[in-house]
Amino acid sequence: MAKNLSFTIKYWKQNGPKDKGHFESRQMKDIPDDTSFLEMLDILNEQLIEEGKEPFVFDHDCREGICGMCSLYINGTPHGKTERGATTCQLYMRRFKDGDTITIEPWRSAGFPVIKDCMVDRTAFDKIIQAGGYTTVRTGAPQDANSILIPKQDADEAMDCASCIGCGACVAACKNGSAMLFVSSKVSQLALLPQGRPEAAKRAKAMVAKMDELGFGNCTNTRACEAVCPKCETIANIARLNREFIKAKLAD
Amino acid sequence: MWLFKSSIGRKVIMSVTGIALVLFLTFHGCMNVVALLSADAYNQICALLGSNWYAIAATCGLAALVAIHIVYAFILTFQNRKARGNNKYYVTEKPGKVEWASQNMLVLGIIVVLGLLLHLFNFWYNMMFAEIAEVQNAISATDGFNWIKMTFSNPVFVAIYVIWLVAIWFHLTHGFWSAIQTLGWSGHIWFKRWKLIGSIWATIVMALFLIVALAFAICPDCLGGASGKVVPFAM
Repeated sequence: MAKNLSFTIKYWKQNGPKDKGHFESRQMKDIPDDTSFLEMLDILNEQLIEEGKEPFVFDHDCREGICGMCSLYINGTPHGKTERGATTCQLYMRRFKDGDTITIEPWRSAGFPVIKDCMVDRTAFDKIIQAGGYTTVRTGAPQDANSILIPKQDADEAMDCASCIGCGACVAACKNGSAMLFVSSKVSQLALLPQGRPEAAKRAKAMVAKMDELGFGNCTNTRACEAVCPKCETIANIARLNREFIKAKLAD
Repeated sequence: MWLFKSSIGRKVIMSVTGIALVLFLTFHGCMNVVALLSADAYNQICALLGSNWYAIAATCGLAALVAIHIVYAFILTFQNRKARGNNKYYVTEKPGKVEWASQNMLVLGIIVVLGLLLHLFNFWYNMMFAEIAEVQNAISATDGFNWIKMTFSNPVFVAIYVIWLVAIWFHLTHGFWSAIQTLGWSGHIWFKRWKLIGSIWATIVMALFLIVALAFAICPDCLGGASGKVVPFAM
C-alpha cells in the first residue's frame, strides 16, 4: 500500500560556476512513497513555476538508470541511498521517512564546474573518452564470430567494466577529486578483450594523460568511489589501469 | 619522465619508497628483539652498524627514501586538494568500506615524522652521530642496550613511542596494500590477500617494536641475559 510522506528538502541554488550558491528549502507535503526522487523534484518545479519562481535545475535523461545523466548528491551520498547499485532516477521516496530533511547538492569537484544549481559540466569525461581513440577493425567481409575465442570470465568482466555509465559519482565521492575509477573502467572494458589489445598501451597512456591534464586528482585508494558506484565498478579496474599504464611506459 | 609527470608515476614513487621503508621497519623490528635476549648481541649489532661506511651509506639511502616519500606526500596532497576544489559538501556520509586510515594518511604521516624526529634525537643523535662527531657521552655510542634502557626509563617517552607505533600501524595497514595496488599487482582475489597480508605484517612488525618498548619500560633489569647490567664503555 502506498502511503504519503511529508518532508523538507534543502536544495542547492547556484548561478554558474563563479556564484557562491546557497540552499533553499521547501516543505513537500503528501508525496506518495512510490514517487521517484526525480518525480518528486518535478513536483517541486511544478509548484515553483505556478508560483512564478525559477525552477530548480538538475540533470536527468533516460530515468531508467542507464544513461548516467542524473547526478545528485543526496544526504551526503552520490545518487543517495538507492535500493541497489543504481542512479538517482532509481531512488524512490519510500527510502525516506516522514518528517525527514533531505539535502540535495551538486557533484562538488574542480573537474565538474557547476553550470546551474545541481547541473554540473561533465564534458571532461567526454574528452577523456575521446583521448582513448579507436580500436582496429578490419574492413571487408565479416569473419566468423568463433574465430576469436574469448574466455567467458573475460567477456563478463569486460561487460561489467563497460557498464560504467560515466555519471561521475566516483569523482564526486573522492576526497582527491580523482577520476581513476571511471578511466580504469573504460580502459579495462577494452584491455580485457583481444580486439582491444592492439591499442591497449596507447589508450592507457592517452587517457591517463588527458585525465591529468584536465586536473583530476591522484588516486590514494580510499575506495570511496567503488562504495558509491551505481554500476558496482571495483578498484580491481584501477589496479588493471595501473598495470596497463606502467607496462606501457616501461615498454617505451 | 613519466614517473614525475603522470599521476600514476607519482603514485609509483610513493609506492616504491613506501615498500622500501616497510622492509626497513621489518629489519629494524627484528634487530630490536635481540635486545630482549642479549645485551651483548644487541650491542654487537650496534657496533657492526655504528659509523662504518656501509652503515652511513645505508643511512643516507634511508634518509633519501624518507625525504622522497614525504615530499611526494605533500605534492600529491596539494594536487588532490586542488582537484577537489574549494567547495565542500554540507552533508557527507562516509561509506562503510572506506577505512579511516585511508583518508588520513597525511595526518598519520605527520605524526610519524614527529615521532621520528624524537626517535632520531633519542638514539641516532647519541649513537651514530656521536660516533661520527666523536662526542663522548656517559653511555658509549655503541652501547645501544643502555640507550634503550635510559630512554624507556622515562614514562613520557614510553607513552609517546606507543602513540607513535599506533600511528605507524594505521599508516601501514592502508599503505601496504595501497602500494601494491598502485603497482598494479592486485585484482579481485589478490586485493583481499594483500589486505590481509598487509594487516598481519604491520601488526607483527609493530608488535615487535611495542614489546621491546614495553619490556624496557616495565622491567629493564630482567632483560639482556646474563650480562644485562652492561657497564658503560664495556666494549
